[in-house]
Amino acid sequence: MSIWSYANPVKFLALSTKVQPFLWAAAAMCVVVGLLWGFFGTPDDFRQGSTVKIIYLHVPSALMAINAWFMMLVTSLIWLVRRHHVSALAAKAAAPVGLVMTLIALITGAIWGQPMWGTWWAWDPRLTSFLILFLFYLGYIALWEAVEDPDTAADLTSVLCLVGSVFAVLSRYAVQFWNQGLHQGTSVPVATGGRTVSDVFFYPLALCMVGFGLLFLALVLYRTGTEIRLRRTKALRVRAERSA
Amino acid sequence: MIALLLRDLRLAFRAGGGFGLGLAFFLIVTTLVPFSVGPEAVLLGNIAPGVLWLGALLACLLSLDRLLALDYEDGTLDLLVTAPLPLEAVVSIKALAHWVTTGLPLVLAAPFFGVLLNLPTAGYGPLVQSLALGTPALSVIGTFGAALTVGIKRGGLLLSLLVLPLYVPTLIFGAEAARRGASGLDTSTPLIMLAGITFGTIALMPFASAAVLRMGLR
Repeated sequence: MSIWSYANPVKFLALSTKVQPFLWAAAAMCVVVGLLWGFFGTPDDFRQGSTVKIIYLHVPSALMAINAWFMMLVTSLIWLVRRHHVSALAAKAAAPVGLVMTLIALITGAIWGQPMWGTWWAWDPRLTSFLILFLFYLGYIALWEAVEDPDTAADLTSVLCLVGSVFAVLSRYAVQFWNQGLHQGTSVPVATGGRTVSDVFFYPLALCMVGFGLLFLALVLYRTGTEIRLRRTKALRVRAERSA
Repeated sequence: MIALLLRDLRLAFRAGGGFGLGLAFFLIVTTLVPFSVGPEAVLLGNIAPGVLWLGALLACLLSLDRLLALDYEDGTLDLLVTAPLPLEAVVSIKALAHWVTTGLPLVLAAPFFGVLLNLPTAGYGPLVQSLALGTPALSVIGTFGAALTVGIKRGGLLLSLLVLPLYVPTLIFGAEAARRGASGLDTSTPLIMLAGITFGTIALMPFASAAVLRMGLR
């Protein structure tokens, strides 16, 4: 049985409703335990005091903000190539979640930056790229809302997602060229395996990152299910009107 | 192709075509800036490269919604889609016509508006260079935005929301080149990057624009 069999909405819904309770439970457990552990179970940082604890919200949401766009890119490609409606609806469902994640990352960053850098906002490459990512999410969602025909909307937003990805990456490097940064480098470089945070902070952070990932997955499955049912009710209503 | 280009240009130049409106808008933006930040010559000279770039970008943006919408309304666009000419060529020509009627006048007028804003003498060359290199990219990217929103009623605001984030890299490198030139620094790096963006978008964006146009008109 290949993964493509879940392109069938009925099969997809059956699986996703079966999986969802476990996903929600696992996500809630990871996020709650990770946050509580992070807020109460770790010592204050030597220099930053207790403000460092916002990292448990900031880093996972920033991670998911980027990964959500990446997921939309993959599902958009699948829609353009194989024309599975579930794929297009999953991209549509993921966009607002990604938007909120971006917003959380920006706001928590500002709250942390005020005592630490002495400013809510700086035109730093990382901050600026996230603001641009936020704008891309807004445009993507607005285009979904604006086009009436659902298939055309899926087509147009898919291409926008592809083109937007290229320009988002381009903006990322352009912004780096334009202004030097205030934001520190990543604390958990996956590629090299090295870490600049001590284990005490890392374990709850990793738990939060896993939890946010699961939360994102659960939200997207839930929202995709809603979109599928919405489309189904629309089809039923049209059919009822036609027979009446 | 040439016939199409000439037709678009003729339509733009004749009455009601909107030629020169972008230029007038550019002039108004340039006039309003001293009112909003104060008439201090040093300050104006400092921000002049950025303001001129931003004004040119907004003037480009304003004329985008009529780039394809008029042809869509009177049915010309449907004919063009079914014409033997590849749609990629059609959108390229459209972008070229847009650049000739909007981008080119902005490039030529920018030095005069630079005088209004007290742009330093060293800045004129780099400003014109960067605008000449960058405005084609604005037209090509804008054509993509116009193609995305062609079937949408009152798509003007949406068009801005979609296109402006795509303009970010062009604006950064273009304004950086103009700014460096105005303060007497070397401009070759941002100009090279700007040229890269422009030629890259000219080569690739017509395919995206044409694809989107086909989807929207289907």
